[in-house]
Amino acid sequence: MTVLHSAPRFVAEDGLVDRITAALGAQLVAAREEYGETVLDVQRDGIVAALTTLRDAFAYQQLMEIAGADYPARAERFEVVYMLLSVTRNHRVIVKVRAAEDTPVPSVTGIWPNAGWLEREVFDMYGVIFAGNTDLRRILTDYGFEGHPFRKDFPLTGYVELRYSEEDKRVVYEPVKLAQDLRTFDFMSPWEGTDYVLPGDEKAATPPAPVAPAPVPAAKAEVPKTTDKPADTAAGDKASAEAAKPARVRKSKAVEASAPTEARPARKPRAKKAAGEGGQGPAPEGS
Amino acid sequence: MSMQLEQSPTTGDEVITNYTINFGPQHPAAHGVLRMVMELDGEIIERIDPHVGLLHRGTEKLIEHKTYLQALPYFDRLDYCSPLAMEYSYVLAVEKLLNVEVPLRGQYLRVLFAELTRICNHMLNIGSHVMDVGAMTPNLLLFEIREDCLNFFERASGARMHAAWYRPGGVARDVPEKLLVDLGNWIDERLFPLFEDAMSLVVDNRIFKQRNVDIAVVSREDALAWGFSGPMIRAAGIPWDLRKSQPYDVYDRMDFEIPVGTNSDCYDRMMVRVEEVRQSARIMRQCLAEMPGGPVISTDRKVAPPRRGEMKSSMEALIHHFKLYTEGFHVPAGEVYVATESPKGEFGVYLVSDGSNKPYRCKIRPTAFSHLQAMDFMSKGHMLPDATAILGAIDVVFGECDR
Repeated sequence: MTVLHSAPRFVAEDGLVDRITAALGAQLVAAREEYGETVLDVQRDGIVAALTTLRDAFAYQQLMEIAGADYPARAERFEVVYMLLSVTRNHRVIVKVRAAEDTPVPSVTGIWPNAGWLEREVFDMYGVIFAGNTDLRRILTDYGFEGHPFRKDFPLTGYVELRYSEEDKRVVYEPVKLAQDLRTFDFMSPWEGTDYVLPGDEKAATPPAPVAPAPVPAAKAEVPKTTDKPADTAAGDKASAEAAKPARVRKSKAVEASAPTEARPARKPRAKKAAGEGGQGPAPEGS
Repeated sequence: MSMQLEQSPTTGDEVITNYTINFGPQHPAAHGVLRMVMELDGEIIERIDPHVGLLHRGTEKLIEHKTYLQALPYFDRLDYCSPLAMEYSYVLAVEKLLNVEVPLRGQYLRVLFAELTRICNHMLNIGSHVMDVGAMTPNLLLFEIREDCLNFFERASGARMHAAWYRPGGVARDVPEKLLVDLGNWIDERLFPLFEDAMSLVVDNRIFKQRNVDIAVVSREDALAWGFSGPMIRAAGIPWDLRKSQPYDVYDRMDFEIPVGTNSDCYDRMMVRVEEVRQSARIMRQCLAEMPGGPVISTDRKVAPPRRGEMKSSMEALIHHFKLYTEGFHVPAGEVYVATESPKGEFGVYLVSDGSNKPYRCKIRPTAFSHLQAMDFMSKGHMLPDATAILGAIDVVFGECDR
């Protein structure tokens, strides 16, 4: 494939993947190059040895990032992805291991000290355990947060929301209440991408039972349709019966002032104007 | 700051005076919402435990629920001091998966504005760094420049900070020719006079040097092991710049130099940034001189929308527009890690696509995470006021660190 894009350009030396494959041996599960990225799948238990080999023998000096990813359909649902960078050979490599909730991944804090926070983040977001990380606390979520928010089965809105309670004079957690339903759109084209039954399509699955042709109400059709009285509504017997009733006449009631909406002190009677000031009309508007 | 005396864990007659204080989360020198639990022996820092995540918004999770185009503006809100540099990694990652070609003018415009963003970011960082260690005036001068930068962003994109101007395939819209002329004039008439004026107050200033020289010296080995990048690793004497070593867009056509430090202290980090501003201006001049004509965004209508006028007459264009803004484009399945040289260091995006119109996973590699983690060993043995200088020289923004 010709490279058309202008993303950062770095080229692997020829045969790099073969040499890495030979060096890692049984620790390596699969190696591939796609989109210009070198991706190595590594055994979970061999990750420390594999990354040490990559650092020492292949000069990947820097661990730039550890990313988690969740694939719920897999038996070992999580992927821990290590991004390595070689500043001397100017190359990047992606190393991946798989893990489940109860299978700890060996920590690489012994190789790169900055793995500490990166592993904490993956633990916080996905709940992957890192064996050997001595400081595996949550890092990005709140103190006392429960759950692992970046898992695919964790709802986007979360379970709790925060507000400041005036009564308690502190911030309180409450179950999340949405004023409007979270909108999730189905963008997939109904011609290409759906993996569900479109409304109405379920009828196609069960062929309709052959029904006998309905008897044609021939006799009725011949009678010309007329409206002699208001009861002939032609909207069914029920409606006609309703229309036949005499129109209801609303009994008029004495109109009363509605009750005041709130308690209001009676207004003080307006003071009588002094005799000297009187005699003028209302002040002109706008004065 | 709340203060709390700790009982000495050792037994004996002597009273150990170590105590723990909270630096932040509401502290003007913390550059955002950073809480650092510091253990002090008198005024000497024994241990720092930075607590981050107070600004965590779950950006990566939100992006998983948006189309590729809708996810773009989230990147402005990461490092809100250099928004276009954040978008850069993302659009390049999407382009890498799509393998879409960006027209030359689009590439030049992106480089031009990425460098303007770098200047804008460094103005804020240099200004606040010198203010953290006691100098007030340079910050006022530098904010003048920053204000100009924000005005240029507004003229290009319509927004001062959250530009959302880069697109997979190029940039959202072309800039007026007058803007390019003004940018060229601005570099000579505004940027350099103001910037050099401000720097003349700082770089040889005795107080500034006393506060920064030999503070938080990091060896080359440590800088590599702790995942440093950007000015932090260059100050350690490693000439590593992704614009040079792994060039993207038209950076390989640009003639610029990479400043490196010699002593790897806070002063060097600051001076690396000062020189980077000059080099950025140099790149901008070249961009302006070589700026080609032509389209600014890919003409592949499956990725980039058609022009408005075209939609009025072409049924095909109308359909493309409708499809792009409802369903969005589909990205081939695969995974890439794309990192660019943001003003603060290596800003990376690990993008996993499952072939649909939404990212399956979008991991953002913030620059501050590795740097802030090193805060503990960098500050050990320094005085409490040095912590602000170290923090200022790291150049941390929490929108990006906490995501």
